[in-house]
Amino acid sequence: MIGTSPATYAPEAVRKSLQGRQRDIKGFAFRAGLLAALLVTVALLAVLISDVVSGGWSVLSTRPIDFLTGSLSSSAATAGIGQGLRGTFFIAVFVVLVAFPVGVGAAIYLEEYAPHTRFTRLIDVNIRNLAGVPSVVYGILGFAIFVKALGAFTGPNANGRTVISAGLTLAILVLPIVIITSAEAVRAVPDSLREAGFGVGATRWEVIRSHVLPYAGPGILTGTVLALARALGEAAPLILVGATTGFLSGGDSYRLTSLQDKFTAMPMIIYNWAGRPQPGFKAATAAAIVILLAVVLMANATAILLRNRYEKRR
Amino acid sequence: MPPQANTRARSVGANTSAPPAVATRPVAKQRMETDPSSTVFKLEDLSVYYGSFRAVRNVSMSIPQRQITAFIGPSGCGKTTMLRCLNRMNDLVEIARVEGRVLYHGVDLYDERVNPVEVRRRIGMVFQKPNPFPKSIYDNITFGPKVAGVKGNLDEIVERSLRRAALWDEVKDRLKDSAMGLSGGQQQRLCIARALAVDPEVILMDEPCSALDPIATGRIEDLMEEIKTDYTIVIVTHNMQQAARVSDMCAFFTAEVNDHSDTRTGILVEVDRTETMFSNPQDERTESYVTGRFG
Repeated sequence: MIGTSPATYAPEAVRKSLQGRQRDIKGFAFRAGLLAALLVTVALLAVLISDVVSGGWSVLSTRPIDFLTGSLSSSAATAGIGQGLRGTFFIAVFVVLVAFPVGVGAAIYLEEYAPHTRFTRLIDVNIRNLAGVPSVVYGILGFAIFVKALGAFTGPNANGRTVISAGLTLAILVLPIVIITSAEAVRAVPDSLREAGFGVGATRWEVIRSHVLPYAGPGILTGTVLALARALGEAAPLILVGATTGFLSGGDSYRLTSLQDKFTAMPMIIYNWAGRPQPGFKAATAAAIVILLAVVLMANATAILLRNRYEKRR
Repeated sequence: MPPQANTRARSVGANTSAPPAVATRPVAKQRMETDPSSTVFKLEDLSVYYGSFRAVRNVSMSIPQRQITAFIGPSGCGKTTMLRCLNRMNDLVEIARVEGRVLYHGVDLYDERVNPVEVRRRIGMVFQKPNPFPKSIYDNITFGPKVAGVKGNLDEIVERSLRRAALWDEVKDRLKDSAMGLSGGQQQRLCIARALAVDPEVILMDEPCSALDPIATGRIEDLMEEIKTDYTIVIVTHNMQQAARVSDMCAFFTAEVNDHSDTRTGILVEVDRTETMFSNPQDERTESYVTGRFG
């Protein structure tokens, strides 16, 4: 106890008291635990990446161009992922064109316009739940709507099993994620900024356009790209929508009319090749995984670059 | 230090050292100036609710033109709520509801035909915390005129507004720089310049100096004195010295505890010329507040 007794002011006593409790065991243990958690994560990632890179290296080093542009084949030595990259590219286009405007629009309406009633709360909770619905369920939804009901539009010559159906299904899959992250970004805009806009006589639209959206932009962008990355990696909905796994003719064209043809995509190729017994496909699978990871990484890196650029302008 | 800060320092000393006068002599009941032509706002039996909670009740008062009217009173007495009724800023609070009338030149601002956006163009606002847009100094000033559809020379408006807000000399060489790089006091003067840029009639100030140091506060107060020749100013302040220094009229609010619940509702106790309020208040609650006995 530090009282008023003169003994506690003696230099020796002060020194002893100030230098005590040097070992903060609990704090050290806590910190070590946190570090361990981080290391486990990093180690797992490192194992994953080194495993697929070393597994796929034989393919990526010997015939990179051929592998990237080649078509599906039953022979591992000639099989390529060109058609899968094309399918994944168009899926990304659909996700960006459909999920981005619809999701951001819904988020802005929810946050800026909708009255805070029990009904909007209900909608909000439901959107959050939708984000957790397994992707296979969205696959069934996409199959029912885009393949069966709307097959005449999505692909009259391919029974609706086209990249249009897949892209729209995956856009719906990530829509809740886009809404949630965008709504959070909009909610993070300080009210003082809105008040400043209203205070000089701006309408709600002018405040949103000139101040809320620019401020929330980086957050919206990050959320959207994370959602995009999720969409590019989903395999289950593709299986249900009916991505092709065997021979695929004409699926290597980037013409718009080819959107209504049969298609395949990267996760589908990986899923299919991984199940093949021939030894050559093991390396091809690993190589395809490396490419898919690289694509997703590039999307994320673009988002981070854009975000940093916009945040600097604040 | 610029010269105006020196004068400010002197006047602060002069005001704070003055002993509070004892209010015992009888006074005339109506001492307010009530010339209707110079009245900008007339509040009639105004009550504000947040949901079922009544924040302020039954306020009736007039706010004169081209003068500084201060709302003073302890925390939670509804001064800011009152102020935000005057340009319908409370509309942004979804659960806020107003009873009674706010007459602005005889027009009820809460008439359903009134467009709150137009209200805020005529009645500008400066907030408690400086809240410049995270854009350039130039864009901060021009946003208001742009949304108001001003087609004229924006450069001229920027210079005029910044000069009026005594900020021009400090920022004229970096108009394209972000406003976030300015000091707190500069940011608040920028916010005043931004309010002036749309050429309003009234400027509402919600504790504009509470986040500022005494020198920056002095500058803002000088600025208010300077612009009141053209603008009507209503200021909420916690700082009684500030109210005494700058305001012409003073309205004292306090909070009464409601019987049935643990909530407090703001009421207007007294409104009068500032010098009378501080030297010879009529209500003893005003007297104990201005002499520092509570609040």
